[in-house]
Amino acid sequence: MMFVAFALFPIAATFGAEAYLIDLFRRIMIFAIAALALDLLVGYGALVSFGHAAFIGIGAYAVGILAASNVSDMIISLPLAIGAAALFAYLTGTICLRTRGVYFIMITLAFGQMAYFFAGSLAPYGGDDGLTLAMRSTLLGFAPFKHDLLFYYIVLGCLVGCYWLCRALVISRFGRVFRGARENPTRMAALGFDVFRYQLTAYTISGALGGLAGFLLANATDFVSPAYMSWHRSGELIVMIILGGIGNLNGAIVGTVAFLLLGEWLSDLTENWEMIFGPLLVVIILLARGGLLGLAAQMAAWYRRENILSVGDFIAAVGRYLRQLARRTIKSTLQTSRSRSRG
Amino acid sequence: MFTYLFIVQTLNGLQFGVLLFLIAAGLTLVFGVMNFINLAHGVQYMLGAYLAVMFYAMTGSMLLALVFALLASLAVGLFLEFVIFRHLYDRDHLDQVIATFGIILFLDQAVKYVWGAAPLSLPIPDMFSGSVVLMPGLIYPIWRLVIIGSGIAVALLLYVLVSRTRFGMLVRAGANNAPMVSALGVNIRRLFMIVFGFGTMLAGFAGIMIAPILSVQPGMGDTILILAFVVIVIGGIGSIRGTFIAALLIGLADTLGRSFAVDFLRLFMAPSPAQVVGPAIASMLIYLMMALVLYFRPTGLFPPKGR
Repeated sequence: MMFVAFALFPIAATFGAEAYLIDLFRRIMIFAIAALALDLLVGYGALVSFGHAAFIGIGAYAVGILAASNVSDMIISLPLAIGAAALFAYLTGTICLRTRGVYFIMITLAFGQMAYFFAGSLAPYGGDDGLTLAMRSTLLGFAPFKHDLLFYYIVLGCLVGCYWLCRALVISRFGRVFRGARENPTRMAALGFDVFRYQLTAYTISGALGGLAGFLLANATDFVSPAYMSWHRSGELIVMIILGGIGNLNGAIVGTVAFLLLGEWLSDLTENWEMIFGPLLVVIILLARGGLLGLAAQMAAWYRRENILSVGDFIAAVGRYLRQLARRTIKSTLQTSRSRSRG
Repeated sequence: MFTYLFIVQTLNGLQFGVLLFLIAAGLTLVFGVMNFINLAHGVQYMLGAYLAVMFYAMTGSMLLALVFALLASLAVGLFLEFVIFRHLYDRDHLDQVIATFGIILFLDQAVKYVWGAAPLSLPIPDMFSGSVVLMPGLIYPIWRLVIIGSGIAVALLLYVLVSRTRFGMLVRAGANNAPMVSALGVNIRRLFMIVFGFGTMLAGFAGIMIAPILSVQPGMGDTILILAFVVIVIGGIGSIRGTFIAALLIGLADTLGRSFAVDFLRLFMAPSPAQVVGPAIASMLIYLMMALVLYFRPTGLFPPKGR
């Protein structure tokens, strides 16, 4: 359903909407690919990678560096972009996957930062300032990325492809073992599975998809820079998938759309948009378990429970909810202060 | 000449390390005892610096500014704990990350809104301004020595507090097994609140101390936050001793790496590639160190026992 909306969007956009919206949605879909890749690890493997932007950056730099040396055919650059990202994921994965939990978060951050500083030191390719793409990738002489609408649908095709790939992976035998390792690695190992190899494979696949996103991003922005790999980017990707609800591929896409659209909309509204956006994130996390999708499910359940049929019902139910919330908060505050005076 | 430069840079490295320790100590306590990832720790450091600038402008006295800014940092920390963080303690780590990330966004922008985006500065107090001659031909700013001294004093204070007092005993016990401490009749919520307030105050203190030599600007807490995380991970989460050693290690490695990487590489490389590779290696050095430490000791140098 989401993909149909994406597919129909340009048609709506041709009636009156500006061209920059197509640009925006193309960017959203590219980040959705990266978010899907990350959700594969975080949601299904409990492997929180805080360096995922590095894979995007590596994919993007592969395109940029090849274009700078006059190779722009994607028959060469696409496999190279994906391959380089996958190789980086494989090599770092063998080290990162020795650690668990918070230590895993930090070691992936370390490798992300190393890639970031390495890109910043590539003086022949712009260093910290980045590199403008001489030309977009071509395919055997065609220039499929030259036409905006065609490019849009290619990105959509990639997104759908990645979605199906991730879905197939998750429900396959491989995915079952991988998800089992999320719940209890020791038990999976006792069942005779080499957990490390399964996780390494997933990590490499995720890195490769990140490389694909980087390949598309470089072509969409005509520009490559170390900023693609900064830890802020990795953090934003994590925020996107949590916002949507992790462990659910739809959640990754919903989260990306919500995060980028909200940011875009609020920054149009006011210069200090982060002052609204920040508290909004806090409120969503405090109220909703399981991100936006979780919130939607809670809302649906609440609608059924409160038997809401009209706007009046809705307002009355909200009032009841707020009264309950206030009573609960006062009660818990009183309890803590009472126990404090005792202790 | 080289020896002098080396000594100066070593002192700079120590000063940076001590600063990192002040920030990381609070982070590791909060993380170790409460199992809570507080990304907003960095903005509390930034807030400390801004509050010091504000109170200095109001009172004109550095000492008063220090006291007021410390109290205000504590108040802000406790307020955040009361309103937001306490609802997150029993939530997933990822939820904590995103909520505290939201606070970073808000406070960074709020600071920009209140004090403007331009960097501010705080003068060095008269008593400690100027430099001191450490050796013939080697002069060093007094304020940096004051930072090193105060950092070591805080480290000693923390050491005594954690290893010699009843409160410290509870903190150590909490880092090992919080539910058990709670079951033994200790008000764990109150312990959490004290630890959190204390950590916030330390971060604020670091911000106040560094304000005279750095420019005070929005976002100054974000880079240091990542470094503080590197420190606590290398040191082993929850260990004050590990944090102290890791902070000095990181401070020295980063500072010395940045000053001498190019010269060092020139010993066995042509000058022009050394110019290019040197800075890259220097920036990567601490992350390289972290990766190595975690490769050989997946839970840091001094992992707390009992986990």
